[in-house]
Amino acid sequence: MDSRAVTALLPRLRRYARALAGDRAAADDLVQDTLERAWARLHTWHTGRDLGAWLLSIMHNLRVDQLRGQRLSTVPWNETLDDMPSRPTQADGIELEDLENALAQLPEDQRAVLLLVALEGMRYTEVADTLGIPLGTVMSRLSRGRERLRLILDGQPPAAGTLRMIK
Amino acid sequence: MMPITEADLHAYVDGELSPARRADVEAHLAGHPDAALRVRAWQEQKHAVQRLFEPVLDEPIPPALEAAAVPPGARQRGSARPALRIAAGVMLALLGGMAGWWGHGRYQASAIADARPSLPQQAAIAHAVYSPDVRRPVEIGADQETQLVTWLSRRLGQDVRAPKLGSLGFELVGGRLLPGSEGPVAQFMYQDAGGQRLTLYVSTERDGNPDTAFRFAREGGINVFYWIDGPFGYALSAGVSKDELARVASAVYDQLDKRLPRH
Repeated sequence: MDSRAVTALLPRLRRYARALAGDRAAADDLVQDTLERAWARLHTWHTGRDLGAWLLSIMHNLRVDQLRGQRLSTVPWNETLDDMPSRPTQADGIELEDLENALAQLPEDQRAVLLLVALEGMRYTEVADTLGIPLGTVMSRLSRGRERLRLILDGQPPAAGTLRMIK
Repeated sequence: MMPITEADLHAYVDGELSPARRADVEAHLAGHPDAALRVRAWQEQKHAVQRLFEPVLDEPIPPALEAAAVPPGARQRGSARPALRIAAGVMLALLGGMAGWWGHGRYQASAIADARPSLPQQAAIAHAVYSPDVRRPVEIGADQETQLVTWLSRRLGQDVRAPKLGSLGFELVGGRLLPGSEGPVAQFMYQDAGGQRLTLYVSTERDGNPDTAFRFAREGGINVFYWIDGPFGYALSAGVSKDELARVASAVYDQLDKRLPRH
């Protein structure tokens, strides 16, 4: 891993982190922490392994640690959500602000799978490797995440029993 | 034909099916408008997610992230207080960093080529040594700014300038000449009303390095923004927060480096 390759990946890492964490400052902090940890764990990287996927898996592990520490699954997203009025979905296409709000309502494990597929263009097996979960779990999270998004965007928000705030 | 599963529908959206299976799914969708509707919604979602976050790719990269993309080398966290301990820490980190990191044979060439260690580290050491000095922080004071600038320019062999940072609350205290490894180096010192000092280190030792965008380093408790422009390497050091230092660094940058592209 050399720094030119890492620098070239920065825009992608920032995009994924922004989509995952929701908040710009939190996302950039996450990228920075990811790079620090990557340099510290350089010995775990093998030449030939996709550098982007390796960095994303480090980011994922960091995020898991962070969320475990906070005992709260979606802090930044819910904060930004409070400021945004909800809007009706349009029939022809998706309002991006609505989409942002809808993404915020997904549990992070579902959002991560959805984003790795949509933004990073990863194959399902690569998603499984990056997140360290079985392929079947990738499929069920993708399926639940997409259905949930669809229902929210259709104006049928999932029932209150599915709130993810852990008190 | 094998029954079409939910997983097949997603794999269809994501292009993960073989051509034969793809044809099966398309036949299934033709006969199941309900499934076709969901598949279409997922496709639209996927494209919308891409559109939503695409602009992030074009945003300028924050200097702190550009810095973090470089091997840490001498970057060291900590809050050592006494100036000499900081300076010693910076030097130890520099030596330790070189021995540890760059000892990795297979990463050696790129690490050395990319790390550009000398400028921020030298600047941080100079800051740590002189900024706490109460009696004689500078050789020539700001009351003789013209003489100071003339003298430093002559010794460096290039026209140097002391940027005006009054609008940010920092006034020039003065400057001094320091020994660099291949020639003299200039240091300008500024101070705010609270006594907080920052130093601008101006080097002409470029070692053939190309111009760089703004970079950030943290050297033993001192934050440093640095960049190389034409004949000069600049490094702005202080014990203030990264954000505050970034504001000052932008002002210095704007005054000194108008022709340097950001990326």
